[in-house]
Amino acid sequence: METRPNPLGMALFFVYLLFYAGFVLINATAPELMERTPLAGLNLAVLYGFALIVMAFVLSMIYGVLAGRRDANSSASNDQASTNNGGAK
Amino acid sequence: MIYEAAPEAVLLFFLFVGFTLGLSFWLGRKAKSSAGYFAAHGQIPWFVNGIAFAGDYLSAASFLGICGMIAFYGYDGFLYSIGYLAGWIVALFVVAEPMKRLGKFTFADALDAKFNSKGIRVAAGISTLAVSIFYLIPQMVGAGVLVQPLLGFEHWQGVVLVGAVVIMIVVTAGMVSTTWVQFLKGSLLVVFSAILTWMILDRGFEIKTSGIDGHEFARYTIDRDLLERPGDVIEALGGRSVVAPEGPWKAVPEFVQLKEGDRITVWHLEDSESPNQVDVVEAQSITRSTGQPDIVNGEVKGTEKGGPELHPVGFVSRLPNGEQSTGPVGLASFFSILQESEVVLWPSKTIKTSDDVSTTVYYQKKTMGGQVLRPGEHPRFQGIRKDSGWGRVNFVSLMLALFCGTASLPHILIRYYTVKDEQSARKSTIVGIASIGFFYVLTLYLGLGAMTSGAMDVTNTNMAAPLLAKSMNTWLFAAISAIAFTTVLGTVSGLILASAGAVTHDLVSNFRTEPMSDAQQVRLAKITSVFVGGIAIVLGIVFQGLNVSYLVGWAFSVAASANLPSLIMILFWKGVTRQGVIAAIVVGMVSSLAWILLSADTFSKVYGLPEAGALTPFTQPGIVTIPLGFVTLVLVSLMTKDSGNTNREA
Repeated sequence: METRPNPLGMALFFVYLLFYAGFVLINATAPELMERTPLAGLNLAVLYGFALIVMAFVLSMIYGVLAGRRDANSSASNDQASTNNGGAK
Repeated sequence: MIYEAAPEAVLLFFLFVGFTLGLSFWLGRKAKSSAGYFAAHGQIPWFVNGIAFAGDYLSAASFLGICGMIAFYGYDGFLYSIGYLAGWIVALFVVAEPMKRLGKFTFADALDAKFNSKGIRVAAGISTLAVSIFYLIPQMVGAGVLVQPLLGFEHWQGVVLVGAVVIMIVVTAGMVSTTWVQFLKGSLLVVFSAILTWMILDRGFEIKTSGIDGHEFARYTIDRDLLERPGDVIEALGGRSVVAPEGPWKAVPEFVQLKEGDRITVWHLEDSESPNQVDVVEAQSITRSTGQPDIVNGEVKGTEKGGPELHPVGFVSRLPNGEQSTGPVGLASFFSILQESEVVLWPSKTIKTSDDVSTTVYYQKKTMGGQVLRPGEHPRFQGIRKDSGWGRVNFVSLMLALFCGTASLPHILIRYYTVKDEQSARKSTIVGIASIGFFYVLTLYLGLGAMTSGAMDVTNTNMAAPLLAKSMNTWLFAAISAIAFTTVLGTVSGLILASAGAVTHDLVSNFRTEPMSDAQQVRLAKITSVFVGGIAIVLGIVFQGLNVSYLVGWAFSVAASANLPSLIMILFWKGVTRQGVIAAIVVGMVSSLAWILLSADTFSKVYGLPEAGALTPFTQPGIVTIPLGFVTLVLVSLMTKDSGNTNREA
């Protein structure tokens, strides 16, 4: 049985993991950096926090679109196999 | 504060409960089989399932706990929002599709797909129960906390009421009705939070010296040596006299008690511009003694509206450029204005004057806006600003547990079995991320809006969001309160269903020689639901005083430590053995639980013992116990490689 998650999902996962780890490590090691206000009077804590939430949404949309295409391709080329797979549950 | 039941809130609440129960009974006619009861026949549309994810996930801790934490300490509560949302990335990219592919009713199905082992089912079933019950306690306590002020019931009545409604929802139609309740609640929560945020931005900021009851907090600047003349009536203090400090009051020189007639009030001393002078600032106090009514600000606490009570607080004391009020603000200028302003926070200090008498003083603390917009103000997060390395490790550990916990929560994972295929599982997760993420963005506006709303109750952080709505208008208050109740209903139904599924599929069917019929399974699940609901009610009453958001963090740590290593390794490594999975679940669950029970937080907040007696160097177990689960799984799998993998247990 195929249990391995797809490579696209893993790639996006690691992109987000890096970004999240960056946030956690800045907070843990140099929290004063979070007080800086680089943009429009907003501090890094607010900017980075919002960016993490927006990024989760953007990455999940990218994944949704690309994985949807992959599914469409694989079911067109290999209709029989995917029906079997669905029936095996 | 004295709360009186708002008729609008009562009306909306019962309308909502009535509607939900009606819906449940109606749906219940259709759901007779076990596939219907546990997984709604896999027929829930992906969009509905996505919003139901939000309804399932956004518990009382998210809505009440995070808003309250932000309202009282600033940015720190938002760290939870960030961590709770980040966990969904693990759910979507790693867990969602394989879960759907491998399982049928419970997440033990997925773990066990390859092995067909009783041991795995029992271990996963027990960890499901442990995590769900941990998660249930704060929800039920939250229900009691809400019911008291809003409907005028006692705590236990609120817990019983919510428990009874939830049991009815779950028993009538299982996953079908649970899903629709969660869908309804998820939509309402997101929509009304958006309305509330829009109203906060529209209101903007205004400098005030009083809360919404209009009580102006006094501030006198006097010569320092006047404080050394106890008993003298001092005109500069509004005709009050200084009370000579006695006993434990000597240990808190930052406070002074003033007497006016028979009434003694507590004041906070602040440095003045001149070193010879001191600012005497009005504080609030509540004195509790066994068998006596509470004393608030020197008077017996009233029992009706208008009687003596603590004043609502929460205001801006200075705006940028000397402005008095800002008018409507934008999504970004909300933060940039607050950054340059000054707000008044109300920290507290408890002074124990004898064994059964203690006074808690809430005092004003002018705080720069930049400070409430940065992490590290809440006691739980102060560690990152201190030199102690353990404080920082503790923070990383919590953020790790939040990241890993979501995808390991049984009541979230079972939602993957309510849709028809992997594509739907993926799509509904994306809808879930969108609605949950949107809500979490709003929590920062809601929390900071509550902080400056003038309606905060210093004694009750959990009430911040409903009270914020109250400062807008009564119907909004009623709506937000009713939604807060349904927040509890939606999440508790999911938890009870997850527990019932675990008992039926993972524990009981394992020990029967004959397989159960469909009808037997549904009946057993219903009995279990009533039973777990009963346990939840009892625990909700027993743990009355506990902070709502506190236990949810535990549940995340235990879920991540016990379940995540097996879930992940089964997907990535062919060498996993049955023994490895069982060992990882048991070790992860026991070690994280033991760590929590031996930590400083539990010592002080649950046992009432000194923190120094704690046996763990920091409170959050995740950073130790999650890797421990992985290591256990790998080691045990390697040791049992020859015997375990291919041999199927009968």
